[in-house]
Amino acid sequence: MSTQPAEPMPPGPSSVEHALEVRGLTKRFGALVVLRGIDLVLRQGEVLGLVGDNGAGKSTLVKILCGFQQQDGGEVIVGGEPVRFHSVQAARAHGIETVYQDLALIPQLPVYLNLFLGHELTKLGPLRFLDKQAMRKLARQYLDEIKVRVPSLEAEAEQLSGGQRQAVAVARAVRAAPKILLLDEPLAAMGARESRLIIDLVKDLASSGRVSIIVIDHNYAHLFELCDRINVMQGGRITTDQPVHETSLEGLTELMVSNFRRELDDLSNAGA
Amino acid sequence: MQAGAPTDTTAPAAEPPGQQRAAVPVWRRVLRLFIYQRELTPVVITVGLFAYFTIRAGSNFTDSLSLSSAAGYAGPIGAIAVGEVLLLVLAEIDLSAGQVFLFAPWVEYWLHNAGLPVAVAIFLALAACCGVGAINGLITVRLNVPSFVTTLATNFILFGLVLIYSNMTQATPIPLSASTGFSSKLMGAWLWSEILWVVAITIVVQMVLTRTRFGVRIVATGGNLLGAAEAGIPVRRVKVWAFVLCSFLAGLVGIVDAVKYGSLDPGNFGVDYILYAVGACVIGGTALTGGRGTVIGAFVGAILIGILEDGLTLIGVSTNDFYVWVGVVIIFAMALNGQFDRLIARSRET
Repeated sequence: MSTQPAEPMPPGPSSVEHALEVRGLTKRFGALVVLRGIDLVLRQGEVLGLVGDNGAGKSTLVKILCGFQQQDGGEVIVGGEPVRFHSVQAARAHGIETVYQDLALIPQLPVYLNLFLGHELTKLGPLRFLDKQAMRKLARQYLDEIKVRVPSLEAEAEQLSGGQRQAVAVARAVRAAPKILLLDEPLAAMGARESRLIIDLVKDLASSGRVSIIVIDHNYAHLFELCDRINVMQGGRITTDQPVHETSLEGLTELMVSNFRRELDDLSNAGA
Repeated sequence: MQAGAPTDTTAPAAEPPGQQRAAVPVWRRVLRLFIYQRELTPVVITVGLFAYFTIRAGSNFTDSLSLSSAAGYAGPIGAIAVGEVLLLVLAEIDLSAGQVFLFAPWVEYWLHNAGLPVAVAIFLALAACCGVGAINGLITVRLNVPSFVTTLATNFILFGLVLIYSNMTQATPIPLSASTGFSSKLMGAWLWSEILWVVAITIVVQMVLTRTRFGVRIVATGGNLLGAAEAGIPVRRVKVWAFVLCSFLAGLVGIVDAVKYGSLDPGNFGVDYILYAVGACVIGGTALTGGRGTVIGAFVGAILIGILEDGLTLIGVSTNDFYVWVGVVIIFAMALNGQFDRLIARSRET
């Protein structure tokens, strides 16, 4: 398996404009360099899998793309337009929604308020009273539509099972009808049945063609089922970019392991 | 009503259908009610205390002089506690609110003496209180200083400023307190106006916490700071506004309180009020862990403390005993709330 970026299949005739393009993105936290120049392309309507070891910079990349953190250098281009997000709201305005690794649910708030967190529906104008009725109604409608089941809309997030929480977090991101959806380990800590629910949900979304998705996951089997293309991230760079049909489970595993070995060798050489 | 708790039902999850529902024994339902409506316990204790003192002291306790003095104890504590709840829900604290309560009427007094009309002086004094709140909030979120420390510092600064600019002399008479017009009665010259102000702000702030976007964002920020920020809530702005609101409310009722008593004493120390106010919040069912709190509970806590102080005085118990009883009630409330939280956690596991 080569580390040469393969020429991927164009999804259609109009592949000129990508949903998202990242060029030379860098980020450091003090002395720690996390991203060393990320180049990445997300095509219109595709599902891109992002794999890499812990600390490879996957979550940092997601946090920059969704506006939660800001890059030090490099460019982010959304729908052909260079952007720099200073807040999550700014990224949202460009149609980017995120499911975070920690889910970003509020334990003490009921399901329906968690679903609308950050874009609560209000009434009475500047007083910004919550329109709880409307939010409950839409939440019920919406959860039914995507077949997410919770014990009650009034149940606090604290009272949900891990899988239910995950489903609510995904539902919240999807509810906003994003153009770009970022999923940071959406299947972590989920049972098989619950994983299936989320996978089907993401597949449905992807098949609609209206949303382009980046998904981070450690489970390669999930990624092979979901993704059109897989990028491997190592040491703050994208080292491999391949269509999923040219990638095998064994190949990918082999690649990750050999890279890990190389890093170990580098370490021991540096020590010698 | 507990902020963030289910609003229209006490059941945490789907009920088993039909017949089994009727099988839930009454005591369990009552227990459940008390668990999910934390204000109920202090209400029951307050009513119990009221009954006890009425029996022991009779009309001496129930006449309007006695009740107004109970309200006089409860007013300042309640006003500060109501704003403090917002900060406790945010997992922050404002130790300076008591000093702001004392500081506001001084500012009004100085400005009025400098030739400004009373209304303008009050307006500017309240603006100054909001300024103190904004400074508390901005230092806390921008410089990442724990609010305990920030507000401890502003508390001392305000205390010092009052001592300096008052020349350590009492101020009397203060604006409005000697007049009998409607607006002065409203602003504190009438015996009951202070407690009515506190009732009004309790209702307003409870609505803010449970029914507005600002309120849900306070709960979210206090319940999961990182998660709220990731969801796009401007958590720092929410905190700063909560500090501003807390200071504003303390200053507002502080002016009313000063008009009521008609004089200002530079030696009063605001931390005394804060300790009672935090006590009232805890008695009312607000934990200091963030994400949960009840404004009405804080008000009830303040009333409880007011009745306790007034009642013990009337039945001839030494005021020293009062402190012991306040402590006992606070510990009792904390322990009870801890048990209720454990019961909620256990019901989730099953």
